[in-house]
Amino acid sequence: MNRFQKALSLFVTFFKIGAFTFGGGYAMIPLIQKEIVENKKWITDDDILEIIAIAESTPGPIAINSATFVGYRVCGVLGSAFATFGVVLPSFVIILLISHILRQFQEIQAVQYAFNGIRAGVLALLIKALYTMYKKAPKGLWAYIVMAGAFAVTAFTNVNVLFVIIGCAFFGLITSFITKRRASK
Amino acid sequence: MIFLELFWTFFKIGAFTFGGGYAMLPLIQDAVLEKGWMELSSIVNFIAVSESTPGPFAINMATYIGSEMGGVYGVFGSIFGSACATLGVVAPSFIIILIVAKCFDKFKESKVVKGCMSGLKPAVVGLIGSAIISVLMTVFFPSGVTVSVFKDLSFYTSLAIFGISVVMAFKKVHPIIIICLSAACGIAVGYLL
Repeated sequence: MNRFQKALSLFVTFFKIGAFTFGGGYAMIPLIQKEIVENKKWITDDDILEIIAIAESTPGPIAINSATFVGYRVCGVLGSAFATFGVVLPSFVIILLISHILRQFQEIQAVQYAFNGIRAGVLALLIKALYTMYKKAPKGLWAYIVMAGAFAVTAFTNVNVLFVIIGCAFFGLITSFITKRRASK
Repeated sequence: MIFLELFWTFFKIGAFTFGGGYAMLPLIQDAVLEKGWMELSSIVNFIAVSESTPGPFAINMATYIGSEMGGVYGVFGSIFGSACATLGVVAPSFIIILIVAKCFDKFKESKVVKGCMSGLKPAVVGLIGSAIISVLMTVFFPSGVTVSVFKDLSFYTSLAIFGISVVMAFKKVHPIIIICLSAACGIAVGYLL
């Protein structure tokens, strides 16, 4: 297989992954494992662990991070471009169509009633997601301070979320150095 | 220029979202509401659409908002708008991963990255918590908090749908089923009461 064929194959594979992953992000990992590790043997299971580790400590959606990373491992920048384009394209097309349909159906009374119910259901889904994230997050005094601080600042002030994020990263950096220095003493 | 603004707004959102899924919600909320692009209730409606269609939440959201904002310039505007927003949200991760992939081992061992992440991970929990409070307000108090809300039947029906959905969500019922059921309840309540 030459470079271009590989890149094209990456595109097709990630297109399939993008088209069949519901709920995004982590739901994609088993599919990547099956398609890229087992079927194509492009990367190994250890690489998958690396991808998760990287995706978790870099910004951006996990789907994009892993597509770019796998693409790069398989055939460089060309590969990452094709893989990323592939994983994005299905949602892009589907949502574009849906947004046009939504616009036409929004005015219908039954649809409005349905969304009244749906919003209450979505709230429940969000709370479940928050609970899952809380369980995965680091615990301890500093972590709780950051959690409460980020919550309070965004809930009760008009400070831009971006500044809160930068502040929390900085705070994490400082506290991790303080605790390390204490530990080494 | 709305298209440039879409790209730049979503570029910033993509660059500052750590952790998957709903980690993006607080940033989207902040940017979109501040610019007056959309109402929170439309975003919440769309979360349901995103849960029921394939693809990552971030891409779905960017495509949708881009399409809505570009839509004032017709069909091509909506296609171009969603392309700008999607490209914007993808670009930062794409660039950063390419850089990181080249020096992965250094990145993995970096104390600075680990330190930042120890602050970012709990921060995301707090930020989503705060975003959920706003969603809660639009669900239960769509026209503001007043005493009359508690005399309104729709407050209690929303509360009931929410309660049932929470139980189902924690019992690991699939999100699509929860969305369909709450839609059915919403329709039934709307026509019966």
